[in-house]
Amino acid sequence: MANAIRTGSGVQESQSDTIAAQAYDLSVGYPNDTVASGINFALPIGQAMALIGTNGSGKSTILKTMVGLLAPRSGKLTVFGGRPTASASRIAYLGQFHNAGFILPLRAVDVVSMGRFPLHGLTGKMDSRDFDICMEALRTMGAEKLADIPLRSLSGGQQQRVYLAQVLAHRADLLVMDEPTSGLDAGGRELYLQAMNSELRRGASLLVATHDIREEARLCQQVMLLARRVVAFGPPEAVLNTETLLETFGIVIGGDTGAAVPECRHSHTEGEPAAAVHKRKLFRIR
Amino acid sequence: MDIFIAPFSNNQFMVNALLAGVLVAITCAIAGTFVILRGMAFIGDALAHGVLPGIALAFLLGYPGMLGAAAGAVCMIGGVTLITQRSRLSSDTAIGLLFIGMLSLGVVIVSRSSSFSGDLTAILFGEILGVGTESIWLQLGAAALIGILAFVCSRPFLLLSFDPEQAQVAGFSVRLYHNIMLFMIAATIIVSFQTVGTLLVFGLLIAPAGAGALLARRIRSMMAWAVIFGAVSVYAGLLLSYHFRLAAGASIILVATIIFFIVFIFANMRGCRPPALNGGRHG
Ligand SMILES: Nc1ncnc2c1ncn2[C@@H]1O[C@H](COP(=O)(O)OP(=O)(O)OP(=O)(O)O)[C@@H](O)[C@H]1O
Ligand SMILES: [Mg+2]
Repeated sequence: MANAIRTGSGVQESQSDTIAAQAYDLSVGYPNDTVASGINFALPIGQAMALIGTNGSGKSTILKTMVGLLAPRSGKLTVFGGRPTASASRIAYLGQFHNAGFILPLRAVDVVSMGRFPLHGLTGKMDSRDFDICMEALRTMGAEKLADIPLRSLSGGQQQRVYLAQVLAHRADLLVMDEPTSGLDAGGRELYLQAMNSELRRGASLLVATHDIREEARLCQQVMLLARRVVAFGPPEAVLNTETLLETFGIVIGGDTGAAVPECRHSHTEGEPAAAVHKRKLFRIR
Repeated sequence: MDIFIAPFSNNQFMVNALLAGVLVAITCAIAGTFVILRGMAFIGDALAHGVLPGIALAFLLGYPGMLGAAAGAVCMIGGVTLITQRSRLSSDTAIGLLFIGMLSLGVVIVSRSSSFSGDLTAILFGEILGVGTESIWLQLGAAALIGILAFVCSRPFLLLSFDPEQAQVAGFSVRLYHNIMLFMIAATIIVSFQTVGTLLVFGLLIAPAGAGALLARRIRSMMAWAVIFGAVSVYAGLLLSYHFRLAAGASIILVATIIFFIVFIFANMRGCRPPALNGGRHG
């Protein structure tokens, strides 16, 4: 349980008009399985926070709890001062996986326009302004030309751009995104970073689960390292060091070639990471 | 030309049948669109057959058949919900179980009473050639209600069919709107069984909407196609049954199925196979 670096604001009670989301001693998980507990953070409005950890470390579980898809197992979670479901119209969510079972060949722009639904509710009218916002979001993600193509005949990365455009079209106050850059090429990642920067300037807050340590460090004020528990939490330059990353990822260097052999260290029974780790520089930050 | 119009201009019962049939077709087209988009064909089929014991019991006790059908549908949905929530079984197992349980209960009830033979045919195959005015008004009310529901709930229904998680996050309760969809399907079956029968109403739920799904790119156009195909099936089926003395309900469903296959062949020839297979691009 080392290296728990907490910023001052992380554990203090704050006014809801400066804090987008806040967790006190939060436990997350599924009906028969607590995935991670003791989660404390406060995400100020206009700031970004990254969740980093191996496969199965609990990133998606936390994000689903943040948007109300899962109920907290215990502890307290507030989003804009209330329960996540109370602010549905202010939260945009990008899931890790996208449902591909829809029968009709919906166009990309139709999918983007779903991002406007939470703002208009059941019967509010959508007009040309909504359409313009959708097209602008597609343009931001470099996917304007795909607007009229059925979503399912797009490539994986193209689809990811469309889903990101959907999140942008919402103009939400809190963007919760699960591995947003998965499948994106270099250009797509750059567009994503630019888009997120402008969302932040607009005053939105970001909560992102990612495997992309270096790129998110450029964006985020806070980083949480996860291994079915909080390994470390704080500003990236304080948190992302060899020791914490080793503890999080449990990577063993084998042989003289320096090939990294990832090994999942955190089994479901929450134990200490196994020993015998050659402490070398595994990740070069920046 | 006479063979297309005379049956209706000379017989009031044919006009009533056409009116009731078209209204059933409209209701079924709207509900059927979501049956197909949401992958609820099995629960739809099970509901259509599972209402049998309710209707039979209502007939025995002298209540309106529709009341019995509603009770049957409530049992069915309640049972499926109970099993899926309280066990690890998936919903199709639960549906199959309730389906076959209710159906056998219906057959047991029917077999117990000898006075049933005439009524049973009416339950299974409907009495479209004998519908009265009040039936038509009821159909009209049902079509309006289902149409309004589909219109008002179009956003959550789209999200629910596309990705239930997105519906939930967008603030539309998945449970609520799923139940509204179930209600639409059950209500459609309950008000339609007198016209086309419990055995065949499912055909009008999926054949026209299925054909529509092959042609449309959006939910509204799919629904519009389904209404057109359903109405044509009713008209052509009635005509066939009149001229060749065929069972009316079955003729209608047969035409609907044939239309589906014609559309299917047409869609394949036009090269717009399911986009999952060839990824054909448009505009
Ligand atoms: N639907 C589920 N029901 C029960 N347990 C689940 C479910 N989904 C995930 N889990 C458990 O929760 C743990 C954390 O999963 P989660 O999806 O949060 O990981 P993750 O950090 O997002 O991983 P990845 O990088 O692979 O996306 C997993 O180890 C798994 O055992
Ligand atoms: Mg995940």
